[in-house]
Amino acid sequence: MTSPPSLRSSLQSAQATVTAEVGPPRGADPDAVRRKVEPLRGWVDAVNITDGQGAHARLSNWAGSLLALAAGVEPVMQVTCRDRNRIALQSDLLSAAALGIPNVVLMTGDHPRFGDHPDAKPVFDLDGVQLVWTARTMRDEGRLLSGRTLDPPPRWLIGAVENPFAPPARFRAARLGKKVAAGAEFAQTQFVFDVPAFARWMADVRDLGLDRRCKILAGVGPVRSLRALEYMQGNVPGLWIPDEIGRRLRGVPADRVADEGLTMCAEIIQQVLEIPGVSGVHVMAPGFSRGIPEVLARAGLARPVGAGTGSGHAH
Amino acid sequence: MLPRGRSWPPPVRPRLPAWLLYRIQRLLAPNAFYRRLARWLERSPARYRAFTAAERTAKSGLFGCRMCGQCTLPVTGYACPMTCPKQLRNGPCGGVGSDGSCEVYPDLRCVWLVAFERAEGGGRAADLHLLQRPIDQRAWGQSSWVNYWSGRDDDLWATGAGPATERR
Repeated sequence: MTSPPSLRSSLQSAQATVTAEVGPPRGADPDAVRRKVEPLRGWVDAVNITDGQGAHARLSNWAGSLLALAAGVEPVMQVTCRDRNRIALQSDLLSAAALGIPNVVLMTGDHPRFGDHPDAKPVFDLDGVQLVWTARTMRDEGRLLSGRTLDPPPRWLIGAVENPFAPPARFRAARLGKKVAAGAEFAQTQFVFDVPAFARWMADVRDLGLDRRCKILAGVGPVRSLRALEYMQGNVPGLWIPDEIGRRLRGVPADRVADEGLTMCAEIIQQVLEIPGVSGVHVMAPGFSRGIPEVLARAGLARPVGAGTGSGHAH
Repeated sequence: MLPRGRSWPPPVRPRLPAWLLYRIQRLLAPNAFYRRLARWLERSPARYRAFTAAERTAKSGLFGCRMCGQCTLPVTGYACPMTCPKQLRNGPCGGVGSDGSCEVYPDLRCVWLVAFERAEGGGRAADLHLLQRPIDQRAWGQSSWVNYWSGRDDDLWATGAGPATERR
């Protein structure tokens, strides 16, 4: 069913790494994940499977990851601290390893306030940095937080996230540094719309030498309509969209807005890949994963058939 | 609008300047006297309760202390991370608004932003780079001063060792 892990080998290669993001369905249709990840096969090195994205109840991160594996696409299982205490987090991480999920991305997670169950108990027994640290200890020292040994220890690639744009700007690279010190081998960022601000953060990252210890994947995504733009500006925590983006989208006829959004995303991809220390991109297009190949093609990241690193021939 | 519930801690800005608190901190550093005091307090539940109540009153007024029992204030510019709605111990989350607002309470300033500004202003920005270990959820309601003086808090943070610690 699986080929050798392609995200790991891609991150070690000179080519730009491409990851994408897919949210599992709200519903019990196992085919929904396959439908979302299949168009991405051969275009991306791996696909993040979200963990109750935006604090909404959905099919779980590990089940979604398994369904992606079955569809021949390498998953990156996202794990948040919002819904599980340290016992459940470590259990799920072990399960992921046992089920052949080769990559995890670990984060604090959105507060339930933003989701469909604002009345839920927020857990946050660990924070994102502590979860990365826990995973590294499980893998490299073969121990749980309790000190008990794991035999055999898990073997995933450990990733983290960072928001280069949220205040305090001067601390954001250092915060990634904490995650790298805790064990993050790659990091995916919040949506980049403000390329100069992202470049400033990358300069700090390079000054701290983090890009040599942790592969940086810049988060990108197309804005598909003026309504989507408004929604993203008002409802996604920690997202910063410069006025320029809105001006450009409003400057084209209504039937061309979606297309202009794809073009802008492709341009941003090309710009971030020019920044020293950037290893690739992480493409997020909620509800529009079928459009991701088009964005990548416009950005010049189309891969010759059969040359996809692993996931392309995995039926 | 409904009154604010109490289950999500709202960020609290400390009432005293950081430089003064760094000075007071030196007076509270563990020594033979404080260690003896801690042992004396722990020998009597009534004494311990009275002392803990006084600590709660002082620290909740000054910092919004929630009595996690494992105080990290000296390395957070004396802004209490347990007043973060996510109770993050290792710095701000990615949801801080561009105006510095808390993502859960948009009318309040992110407590980690306050911590960063106060620590940096006191020349202590590197404090925020320490890796803070997971807290011991059993310590809620305990006196963090007693825990501090008796050495139980020695391993709250680290620069590289693993996240697990020997716990009481």
